[in-house]
Amino acid sequence: MVEDKSFGGRMFSIVNFSLLTIIALITILPFLHVVAGSFTTSAEMAVKKFILIPTIWSFDAYKFIFSTDTIFRAMGVSAGTTLIGTLFSMLMSCLMGYGLSRRDLDGRRVIMFMVVFTMLFSGGMIPTFLVVKELGLIDSYAALIIPSAISAFNLIILKNFFQNIPEGLEESAKIDGCNDFGILFRIVLPLSMPAIATISLFYAVTYWNTYLSAIIYLNDNAKWPIQVLLRQIVVLASGLDYSSDLDTAVPPPDQTIKMAVIVVATMPILVVYPFLQKHFAKGALIGSIKG
Amino acid sequence: MDDIVIRSPKAPRPRSSELKKRLWRNKYLYLMIVPGIFYFIIFKYIPMGGLVIALQDYRPFKGITGSDWVGLKHFERLFTEPDFLNILVNTLLLFGMNLVFYFPIPIILALMLNEVRISFFKRTFQTLVYLPHFMSWVIIVSISFVMLTSDGGIINELLVYFGFEKINFLLSTEWFRPTYILQVIWREAGWGTIIYLAAIASVDPQLYEAARMDGAGRLRQVWHITLPAIRSVIVILLILKIGDVLELGFEHVYLLLNSMNREVAEIIDTYVYTAGLRQGQFSYSTAIGFFKSFVGLVLVMLANKLAKKMGEEGVY
Repeated sequence: MVEDKSFGGRMFSIVNFSLLTIIALITILPFLHVVAGSFTTSAEMAVKKFILIPTIWSFDAYKFIFSTDTIFRAMGVSAGTTLIGTLFSMLMSCLMGYGLSRRDLDGRRVIMFMVVFTMLFSGGMIPTFLVVKELGLIDSYAALIIPSAISAFNLIILKNFFQNIPEGLEESAKIDGCNDFGILFRIVLPLSMPAIATISLFYAVTYWNTYLSAIIYLNDNAKWPIQVLLRQIVVLASGLDYSSDLDTAVPPPDQTIKMAVIVVATMPILVVYPFLQKHFAKGALIGSIKG
Repeated sequence: MDDIVIRSPKAPRPRSSELKKRLWRNKYLYLMIVPGIFYFIIFKYIPMGGLVIALQDYRPFKGITGSDWVGLKHFERLFTEPDFLNILVNTLLLFGMNLVFYFPIPIILALMLNEVRISFFKRTFQTLVYLPHFMSWVIIVSISFVMLTSDGGIINELLVYFGFEKINFLLSTEWFRPTYILQVIWREAGWGTIIYLAAIASVDPQLYEAARMDGAGRLRQVWHITLPAIRSVIVILLILKIGDVLELGFEHVYLLLNSMNREVAEIIDTYVYTAGLRQGQFSYSTAIGFFKSFVGLVLVMLANKLAKKMGEEGVY
């Protein structure tokens, strides 16, 4: 498009740029503040509160939080759940998504309706809890994965993506004696890497961020994932609701320590974010297409 | 070949045998979708059936079959309990704030971003503002807590620095709602632009060309071309948002909830959790949960119908 060179046009651009820059800064500054704070000594933190770059870099907060194995264990639980959960969810979603993407499958509309309906209506927390309990999953790591194994939204994105793969490719594979599993794993999946990457990352982020399932299904705090621990350390210790369920093993931490825990819990997301960034917008859009 | 010619004029029951053949040919496909179907039945549809406990006095040791049926007792309690009215009002207020303060922001941001011609700036901006969407609510709330706490949080220190009184954001009833909505905006506004940006990208550039010929400035172009072009996307997202009327995010509110702000912060979801799982009132909280799901479903259908009447495409 041709740039508008008029005075009004320029003013518009300047105002627009400035506003957007301010918005981006506001969005990102809290993260920077927390990262910087986590590397500051408690003494400096107490004196100057507005920190974006610490004068003395200190790893005290990190030394402290890693002095017990509480954080390691919670990180381990989250990492394990994320890895196994993502694999399991992808397997289930790819299988079902591919099956549903094939137009010659009888009953596919009914099943699709069944899937979409779960996005509009649900049994809710208590009945779902009772089912999980009946299955004996309470206090097991499987409770963090199995009850949320397939996201209807992700399933539909995958299905739509598979649907756009030319049917000719599948036909020719069939003539070469491939069965449907062969077609899926040797032809369709390799052709769908962008979608697979996107959805895997969506699932991985969801599993890493798991909080609700953990507080509902896990009573044993040795099994807590990092998000629950983070909440215990930061939110509950901020002078609120000590009564409810504060883990007494954690001393009331000061600001730098809370910040360090936040950074540790955020780090894995920041590491995968560049990859997410590459694919996710596309993925989110495929899913928004009707059908 | 001959076969077909002979059989085709009569063809008494080829349909069912054809169907059988098709089913058999697709046996592996069915095998693929079976685990998924089981998942949806066990974790989505059985709980929907489990809603019947709202009509019982459910006792865990008696099970669904052994518990007493009490009809609409819990629903009656729901509509007479003053507590519930308060919770409903809290829920609706947060929803209203979502609609008024959050919903337009991604649209405005997308329109602003669309006017930027430097793609480096555009990409950097997107990278930065999409980031919070991938953070869990625990992280968003934790960061806010660290910044808002009156015990050395940066916001309160700034207030003091500029000569104001400290504000106890986290424990006050007046500050709960603003805190909530600001967190929603911080986490979701950037990510929310994606879908609008895509819709804007599909606008025919010739329209802008023509508008410029007619002397329209940049603002007029936005108003007369870009905005109408994304109208249907706005309507669809609005319908979906309305369906989420009572779905405000359990995690988010639960994390902000404490004994000091309970009066304004308790919403349907958090109440179901506390009454149901913490206090063991399974049937009553299921009744509340059912009420919520049902209202959501009805509202989505109404909004969809309304949109269609207004000549827009609905969600389904």
